[in-house]
Amino acid sequence: MSKSITVRYFAIFRERAGLDKETVSIDAETAADVFEQTKNRHGSSEPLGHCKVAINDVMADWSSVVDDGDTVLLFPPVAGG
Amino acid sequence: MGDVIRLTDKPIEPDALRQELFDPAAGAYAGFEGWIRNENEGLAVERLEYEAYVPLAISEGEKVIAEARARFPLLHAHCVHRTGMLEIGECAVWVGVSSAHREEAFQACRYIIDQVKVRLPIWKKEHYTDGNSGWVNCERCAEHAHPEAASL
Repeated sequence: MSKSITVRYFAIFRERAGLDKETVSIDAETAADVFEQTKNRHGSSEPLGHCKVAINDVMADWSSVVDDGDTVLLFPPVAGG
Repeated sequence: MGDVIRLTDKPIEPDALRQELFDPAAGAYAGFEGWIRNENEGLAVERLEYEAYVPLAISEGEKVIAEARARFPLLHAHCVHRTGMLEIGECAVWVGVSSAHREEAFQACRYIIDQVKVRLPIWKKEHYTDGNSGWVNCERCAEHAHPEAASL
């Protein structure tokens, strides 16, 4: 079943995508599915374990279920400090 | 007392920040400053640009500080991280803790900076002297995080 998901891209993901967010209609069950199905945007070949994800401004796991209307934030490997 | 974790696009002033940690019961203060250096992996760096997703950097940073307070008997613990464009020598991150004795101050300071580096949604883009730029991939930083924190 297709869901309407708002995807937000950060740092290198945003630069590759050329935009900071978009709403897509995709057949995604989990956050990992969203990452996979937007690969043509963020262009990441990183293992999922190196990246992080949040759903509706709460840190989540890649196995977290996404619902219609959710905002999924895709974070490339962090590098604070 | 200020918020325990802050992000700012203004210069970090550790001397002023450490005053927030004074406490009559404190016998120890430990501070850490992360500075911008002019080289990374053989490339000459001219400046560094920090990007943060502030809402989650704050909430994740609050968790890190809370974890440090649960692990070590601290009086106060604060962290401030920069955003925006920074020049060589500028302070990018400051961590300060106060406690009754030095051991927990050292340990907590180390715990906080290690976790901040691998958990907060903050990214840095290096601008090199040759005009190129590149985002820093911090996979190696995870090797320095406390292993026991991985399951938190």
